[in-house]
Amino acid sequence: MHKDLRGTHLSKKAFDNNEISTTLGDPHAYYEWDTGMGIGRFLQGLKEGRIWGTHCDTCKRTVTPPRVFCELCFSKNITWRELKTTGTVNTFSLCYVNWDATLIKEPHISAVIEVDGTSPRVGFLHLLNEVDPQKVCIGMKVEAVFKDEKERMGDITDIKYWRPL
Amino acid sequence: MSKNVAIVGVGFTQPQLKTVQVSYKEMVYEAAVKAYDNAHLASHKDIDGFVGCAEDLIEGTSIFDEYTPDQLGAVQKPVHTISGDLLHGLLVATMKIKTGIMDIVVVEAHSKASNLKTYYHVTNYALDPTWNRPLNVNPYYLAGLEKNYFMHHTKTTLEQIAGVVVKNKKNALQNDLAVFPEQTTVEKVLQSKPNFTPQTEAETAKQADGAFVFVLANEETAKKLSKKPVWITGMGWASDSPTLETRNWDEALYAKTSAHMALKQAHIKNIKEIDFFEIDDRFAYKELQHLESIGLYGKGKAGQALQNGDLNKDGKTPTNVSGGMLGCGSLLEAAGAIRALEVVKQLRGEAGQRQLSKANTALALSWRGIPTTSGAVLTFSRSLS
Ligand SMILES: [Zn+2]
Repeated sequence: MHKDLRGTHLSKKAFDNNEISTTLGDPHAYYEWDTGMGIGRFLQGLKEGRIWGTHCDTCKRTVTPPRVFCELCFSKNITWRELKTTGTVNTFSLCYVNWDATLIKEPHISAVIEVDGTSPRVGFLHLLNEVDPQKVCIGMKVEAVFKDEKERMGDITDIKYWRPL
Repeated sequence: MSKNVAIVGVGFTQPQLKTVQVSYKEMVYEAAVKAYDNAHLASHKDIDGFVGCAEDLIEGTSIFDEYTPDQLGAVQKPVHTISGDLLHGLLVATMKIKTGIMDIVVVEAHSKASNLKTYYHVTNYALDPTWNRPLNVNPYYLAGLEKNYFMHHTKTTLEQIAGVVVKNKKNALQNDLAVFPEQTTVEKVLQSKPNFTPQTEAETAKQADGAFVFVLANEETAKKLSKKPVWITGMGWASDSPTLETRNWDEALYAKTSAHMALKQAHIKNIKEIDFFEIDDRFAYKELQHLESIGLYGKGKAGQALQNGDLNKDGKTPTNVSGGMLGCGSLLEAAGAIRALEVVKQLRGEAGQRQLSKANTALALSWRGIPTTSGAVLTFSRSLS
């Protein structure tokens, strides 16, 4: 609490003891999104330890996560391509703040990885690990670390994280 | 300012109970490609603006409009999403064109109802958080409350309301897009399980998945693109009281206000001049309540009209020839899309075996469903007067 600010401050205790009138809410919102033909095949690939991309034969552009239509030329002129499981850090951030706004000592490292074989500036968001946070840099070569085969569920988290090559 | 706006293209996927094979993006893409072809667009690049109709909590993604451009060919174009029914989307697009800023605008709505596992809870989240939600009862009881009041004050009978189900499900037998066509009887409907008395299961529209895309254009462009443009002649929209404690339970004020606004704009003096009606019927009584609220029938008279056969395909005021929501399915924000699509098909003369002999003008009404009192009315015409 900032003592130098004017006014009557609300304390955590006041909230905890129900002295402040509030109503708790829970949306109880549950979903099961159909992943579809593009992302569905991509996720199936992760389960097999592969990374799939798609190439638009009109725009000559390779992207991942893959899509069954090209959003630029709006065609279905698409070819599937298996990509390498290596890539380059395009950008990154060291995340020191937890869900509940508390600080953490060892940061989570989020990064955009340009997967080898895609067109420039195309890749996906994931996490880095097995690396000194202070040594992470744009342009760093990294490789995907998959979960053990039997633990893979066909989720983006089938890749545990990426680490320096 | 562009005075007249028309629908020049429609595209859609086959509505189904589940659509596990495609993502919502892939579903919308299919509808968009078909719509642009139907509108004879040379390229998606000819489109000036896009309107999506979606609700974040139903989609399960906040700021859902961020996710709409790719599948519409709208990358780096003006796009915005409204949390409203497709009919609301059509009138927003019409206004965009009328500003003169845009010549061609696309409207999209879809339903992936099968992906939302707790629909009733999400619906409950639309109720007041402090004094309605904590009661923790499935909010569809609102249909029961309203139906009870409507019947009590209009003397509409259970048999008359059941007749709406029989008619619409029978009409749906002639519509390829209908997910729930059925040959049924008043007796069977009345015997169906009560879900929120006096509402029964058979009188409650069931959900389905599907995607719909409409292409709208100003007069000059519409005449170039289409031999059969469907002109939007009038539009109205309104919301009544959001609170359950003060709302009007017997009359749909949103429908009354919207219709008044649309008819005035379309210079229609007598609503009975309109050839046919596509009306929200997600609960059977709603069709009758809506018909009375828009002024087609006096209070308590729509039920009798139904029994006289006036609402049938060959009646004086054909209503829900498409099969309505009871026959076609309830498609979230795309509910109004089936209404508008039927209008387009009928006015173009492309309705196949259910083609009406007289289909020059039409009125479509959407309601945003429980617990809202929001609606929109659009009037359409085959020709410009
Ligand atoms: Zn392309």
